[in-house]
Amino acid sequence: MDLTDQALVEKTKSGDYQAFEALVNRYEGKVYRLSMRMLRNQQDAEDALQETFLQVYRGLENFEGRSMFSTWLFRLATNVCLMKIRHRETEPQHLLPLEDYLPRHEEGEQPPIQDWPDLPDEALLSKESRAKMLAALEKLPAEYRLVFILRDIEGFSNAEAGETLGISVAAVKSRLHRARLALRGVLAEYFDKKIRKGFKEKGP
Amino acid sequence: MKCQEILEKLSEYIDGELDPKLCQDLEAHMEDCHPCLIFVNTLKKTIILYQFAGCEPLPKEVHLRLHDYLKKECQGC
Repeated sequence: MDLTDQALVEKTKSGDYQAFEALVNRYEGKVYRLSMRMLRNQQDAEDALQETFLQVYRGLENFEGRSMFSTWLFRLATNVCLMKIRHRETEPQHLLPLEDYLPRHEEGEQPPIQDWPDLPDEALLSKESRAKMLAALEKLPAEYRLVFILRDIEGFSNAEAGETLGISVAAVKSRLHRARLALRGVLAEYFDKKIRKGFKEKGP
Repeated sequence: MKCQEILEKLSEYIDGELDPKLCQDLEAHMEDCHPCLIFVNTLKKTIILYQFAGCEPLPKEVHLRLHDYLKKECQGC
């Protein structure tokens, strides 16, 4: 039977290294995925992964279980990623004004808005589309990217994401909304062109 | 309701966090406003696309290096 996180934490604290390894096994995939999405570079993601779990091991002694272990772990992981990002010069700092991502169909300023094919759709999920999606995510400033990753990709609730990032639920919701609009905006521009061309992609 | 007001509320609408009255207003608006309807559809699809797109699983060698690294570092803790 699998032990709960809390049970493994207690065992680790009492010196059982295997219990710690079990915790690492349980969460390493998720932490790696988060790091890859945040840092987009395998070497940096691996460094972040190692640093996070070392911090976990060293911090466990003072972990009192006031929040869930997983929340605490992801808070450490996001902080490690943010620290790495702050040392980069090429990171986007600002999100474009929200208005840039909103349609202006009321004013008739834009070409008609187009719907995309239903999902799952091969064209939407082609290699080229995935690359475009990744690039769009990279263009978001880190705070927005993190909220989107935690909420929409990893499935955290508003409260969990807020606790992990140390921000209010209102801030989570506001950032999430802006991140989604920004991503939709970039993808819409790309898919609209594709749809106009008939969505025909050359074979691999 | 104006289109711009709708657009501000869309995430809450998608997440089912909008109060029922506003939700009704929004849906009524979308029945008559095709661009807003498509905007919501494509916003939902954006989210689903990112969920579908997935991410590489943890490579075996990264897993092994992590465990080696921790064993080495933590022995001195």
